[in-house]
Amino acid sequence: MLLIHCPYCDETLPELEFTYGGEAHIARPENPADKTDDEWRDFLFIRTNVKGPHFERWRHAHGCGRFFNAVRDTVSDRFLTTYKAGEPRPDLAVLLEDAAKKEPSK
Amino acid sequence: MTAHIDLSKAGILAESSAVRVALLPPVARFSLRAATPEQKALSKALGVTLPAKIGQCGRKGDIEIICLGPDEWTIIAPEDQAGTINDVCAAIYAKTPHSLTEISDREVTVHITGPKASDLITIGCPRDLDQLPVGEARRTVFDGVTTVLWRDGEQDYRLDLWRSFAPHVIALLETGCAELAGE
Repeated sequence: MLLIHCPYCDETLPELEFTYGGEAHIARPENPADKTDDEWRDFLFIRTNVKGPHFERWRHAHGCGRFFNAVRDTVSDRFLTTYKAGEPRPDLAVLLEDAAKKEPSK
Repeated sequence: MTAHIDLSKAGILAESSAVRVALLPPVARFSLRAATPEQKALSKALGVTLPAKIGQCGRKGDIEIICLGPDEWTIIAPEDQAGTINDVCAAIYAKTPHSLTEISDREVTVHITGPKASDLITIGCPRDLDQLPVGEARRTVFDGVTTVLWRDGEQDYRLDLWRSFAPHVIALLETGCAELAGE
């Protein structure tokens, strides 16, 4: 089972308390009527589907109830960090460096 | 199997040498939502400081307040104090906007105690109970059901359950209670 750190509760808790919320940092257009059909399709459906570190949303559904953002490696399932919703995207290079320091073998 | 029980009657639900599971009498429950600037005035009105950290509890007399989220609290009080809580919050509402909702009838509380009480909780709750200090509580999950788990003592717990999920959870607790005694 994954252990996920909730930035609001400040505890590392079992995955069963959380629900996945899709890719993070996708802002809804201010005025959807201004968008072309292609742009609207991209907003609704087109995701990066990365192999590796992925910025995604999680919700602490059986806990504080808050949405937050996480960076998870989609290959190893390892969480690089979690941060509160609304905070800027963390620097991926720094995160990867920190992760490498913690586990020098990988 | 779902337990067919009368949730209006407090009393022992299951008992073995390992653990005792009992339904507690009804209490008044309120859900309080408020933003940070309003917390001071609400604490003053209620006479109990609203705990700021998620999971911490504030107590004064018979009133218990637990912080469930960054802007969410549950207030537990004896039934005869429900009116007072409503009134003191309504009195400051004009200057201190907040949301106070009575949820007394939504939940029932199960009391779990005995030498293997922690073991019984682990049949449905994935949390590491060693990380839950005595005197605190957490909203968590029990076999897919959202619950508030209170730790009143080393082997003394309360489980707040939504009424409609209670028969399912209580059935699990009854089974666990018997099985733990047989170990």
